[in-house]
Amino acid sequence: MEIFGVPSALLGSQLLVGLINGSFYAVLSLGLAIIFGLLNIINFAHGAQYMMGAFVAWIALTKFGINYWAALLLSPVVIGALGVVLERTMLRRLYKLDHLYGLLLTFGLALIFEGFFRDQYGISGQPYEVPELLQGGVSLGFMFLPIYRGWVVVAALVVCFGTWFMIEKTKLGAYLRAGTENPQIVQALGINVPLLITFTYGYGVALAAFAGVLAAPIYQVNPLMGSNLIIVVFAVVVIGGMGSIMGSILTGLGLGLIEGLTRVFYPEGSAVVVFFIMVIVLLVRPAGLFGRA
Amino acid sequence: MTNNDSMFARAMPALMTGLFVLGLVAPFMMYPTFLMKMLCFGLFACAFNLLLGFAGLLSFGHAAFLGSAGYICGMLVRDLGVTPELGILGGTLAAGALGWVFGVLAIRRTGIYFAMITLALSQMVYFIVLQWKATGGEDGLQGVPRGHLFGVIDLSNNLAMYYLVFAVFCIGFFIIHRAIHSPFGEILKAIRENEPRAVSLGYDVAKFKLLAFVISASLAGMAGATKTLVFQLASLTDVHWHMSGEVVLMTLLGGLGTIFGPLVGASVIVALQSELADKVGSWVTVIMGVIFVLCVLLFRRGIVGELQALIRRSGVN
Amino acid sequence: MKHINRKLTALACATAFATLSGAANAQISGNTVKVGVLTDMSGTYSDLAGSGAVLATQMAIDDFIAEAKPAFKVEMVSADHQNKADIASTKAREWFEREGVDTATELVTTSTALAVMKIAKEMNRVALMSGPASTPITNEQCNDVSVHYTYDTYALANGTAKAVTQQGGKTWFFLTADYAFGQALEKDSTAVVTANGGKVLGSVRHPFPASDFSSFLLQAQASGAQIIGLANAGADTTNAIKQAAEFGITPKQALAGLLMFISDVHAIGLKSTQGMYLTTGFYWDLNDATRAWSKRFFDKQKRMPTMVQAGQYSSVLHYLRAVKAAGTDDAAKVMAQMKKTPINDFFAKNGRIREDGRMVHDMYLAQVKKPAESKYPWDYYHIRQVIPADEAFQPLSQSRCALVKK
Repeated sequence: MEIFGVPSALLGSQLLVGLINGSFYAVLSLGLAIIFGLLNIINFAHGAQYMMGAFVAWIALTKFGINYWAALLLSPVVIGALGVVLERTMLRRLYKLDHLYGLLLTFGLALIFEGFFRDQYGISGQPYEVPELLQGGVSLGFMFLPIYRGWVVVAALVVCFGTWFMIEKTKLGAYLRAGTENPQIVQALGINVPLLITFTYGYGVALAAFAGVLAAPIYQVNPLMGSNLIIVVFAVVVIGGMGSIMGSILTGLGLGLIEGLTRVFYPEGSAVVVFFIMVIVLLVRPAGLFGRA
Repeated sequence: MTNNDSMFARAMPALMTGLFVLGLVAPFMMYPTFLMKMLCFGLFACAFNLLLGFAGLLSFGHAAFLGSAGYICGMLVRDLGVTPELGILGGTLAAGALGWVFGVLAIRRTGIYFAMITLALSQMVYFIVLQWKATGGEDGLQGVPRGHLFGVIDLSNNLAMYYLVFAVFCIGFFIIHRAIHSPFGEILKAIRENEPRAVSLGYDVAKFKLLAFVISASLAGMAGATKTLVFQLASLTDVHWHMSGEVVLMTLLGGLGTIFGPLVGASVIVALQSELADKVGSWVTVIMGVIFVLCVLLFRRGIVGELQALIRRSGVN
Repeated sequence: MKHINRKLTALACATAFATLSGAANAQISGNTVKVGVLTDMSGTYSDLAGSGAVLATQMAIDDFIAEAKPAFKVEMVSADHQNKADIASTKAREWFEREGVDTATELVTTSTALAVMKIAKEMNRVALMSGPASTPITNEQCNDVSVHYTYDTYALANGTAKAVTQQGGKTWFFLTADYAFGQALEKDSTAVVTANGGKVLGSVRHPFPASDFSSFLLQAQASGAQIIGLANAGADTTNAIKQAAEFGITPKQALAGLLMFISDVHAIGLKSTQGMYLTTGFYWDLNDATRAWSKRFFDKQKRMPTMVQAGQYSSVLHYLRAVKAAGTDDAAKVMAQMKKTPINDFFAKNGRIREDGRMVHDMYLAQVKKPAESKYPWDYYHIRQVIPADEAFQPLSQSRCALVKK
């Protein structure tokens, strides 16, 4: 069977692959969206933090023999802690200023991180093995699916919807949302808003590191692995509507699918399609698909 | 305060004349190629500053204008054999047109949204340049002849080329200066300070922003086109988003919203890049990042801004 | 009177000095030969060139001084061009105009190489290119002061595609980075594959740079081709190889790397790269001479040299020997000397520089070892075939260089 001259098996596999990539977009854009929602800062260092997440996993494995599963927890904690330090020492000073300074500061931080890792580990990157439990693959009939890729989708979805649940359905999430709306009143209610902010930034950054660990076995652990990805993720966040939690998750997944389709029908354009969609969305709905104007 | 401001205003003509003379004699004291690069990036940063410093719009896609004008100018001069001044003009107009497209799409949003939209649009430009055969893709557009200005003056002479670059810079700088000190500039500042108020005063805010964007893009293009002639090449570096970041750094370092700040910032960055190239190897990026962070955290007024503040304080004492 | 006298003396001195330096000019300016290494110290190519290329240059200078005991001094300067053509261009100009640099070397990435070649021509200096890959350097853009030393895309694509097709890999599918360079690689390889009785079933152009190759690999898989040719470089190649193994595409279908370096194999590891064919201009474990030199290199760099770094050594040494033999650092005379003298060192046997600036030497077809076959660190390749110099590079009859008389 063929659809527009493309065998349906190939189409199915491309959609699945698109969904896998979309999972990465979703986790990354979710982190960005959370940080933006509460701090009003576009975290330009997100790509670098994703890269560092992968590197922490690699260092843990090669230097300390800490395996993938432990790294999956350890790396977000380490990078999240680094995020907390950054928030306490630097970002905190910028809240009263124009939001643009946050963007510029994190841009500078991204340069420092990437430059540092490039100097330490070279540019070719380091290999990271797929953990033993997830090696191999299953035949789905229309394609061979590496088990690890399947795991990525599951893990990403669990984390995304878990985060969504925490923000939308729990008390902590309620404070967070209220803090976004009106920090003064929340503060007056006896809730430590600055702490909440610090925690949020740490969590957003930890999400980036988590995505980094997920990515390590698939891609080469490379100092520049986040540098171009971050631009795409920015576009995802803009399309979804900035600050919208569910918006960022759904848009991330959706764009992965669309990108997958583009790779079949017009592979050359697959890197631009995200930006193209962004422009169209902005023309039709300036606040993004899920955003409030 | 007002006293001091008027002091600056009075000192301005003398300062400008001094700098102008300095610009005239500079090639006899310093390496002309380096000076030309400085002036090109200086103009680029000044154009960027018009938008960020005076209209409060952070474009994270200005590399698109610098780069596309460079490519257009290069193609005009190399492939169609037009004279260099027409090449620069062509590049400038192309960048202005591109700026209009960007502007129409982006000015509907402000702040961070604006920055990200311009960034995404400039990425599209990057991909076009990368994939279009005529641009030479990864190899860049090489071997652009400097040609003869007005068909007469041979620009392969570094000194002649320098004075052309200097003239272009002065024209660009003059346009920016006029724009800032005109009613148009005042309205821009009003929009930056309080947009709703500007709207309520009956100004078509979108139109003013768009105009500022187009002027800024054109002048950034003028810098890019001139740069192509100086180096006789245009490359992907000029359209890459890192370049958009670099111009923000130059402006911020020199002093946001100051007249001379961007030029100073650009000079410092260009000098650093050229000096560091021999000495620190791979640490260049880290050093740039550190400067960025320090600027944002400690010296938000930039070099010129801090100097002005210093003079003000000592004036008060 | 005294005053005038002093002036006269000064004038006389100046004249004498001018004459002297004029005389020196005919030989070696400032009695110093300055070698500039302009390379990527921090970016994409810093592992295959970078500080290793600087080290190789220093080794060449030290060895030259030890062997030739020249009457002139040899100095080295180096700079990071950050893969930016304008930085490379400014730096080269400054070196030539102000610092008396005689040759700009290494020049990885074609955009910087092309820019510097033009300046070298204009300023009458020599450009020695070990790092860049593209063939326009010795074709459309060729000039008479430039040497393209180590390899080019033609040699790599040609060597790999030919050998693989002849060994039975008849059907091909290309994964091509969608820009001029990738397309050139694909075009060159396609010609070779068809000429050797193979068939190209299709190709997919992926954006550059890309990180996820699974979609493209699945298309390659669906094509059923025996061989998937990777017409890309650097991180794109490494990611594609890694993911091909992940999706079980290799070893059912084999990969052929059209532009790969030992640094890439080192980075990905043998598990994913085993069995791949690639063409290289140099392998450290080839013979005693290569091992001896590479050992010296390894002691300082803690990595084995890539072909670019080894070629860098060879090209600088060849240049310095030519300067000594010609007794001058004048670009035209040194170039004539370099072209006239065959190159014989651990890197090349009977290498020679053609009129288009192409240094032709034997290339090697390598197959990456299985993890079990690798006995010691950096033991990565089986050398399957020596590709003779005459066959390895683009023949002059196909040249598009204006310097080639037909």
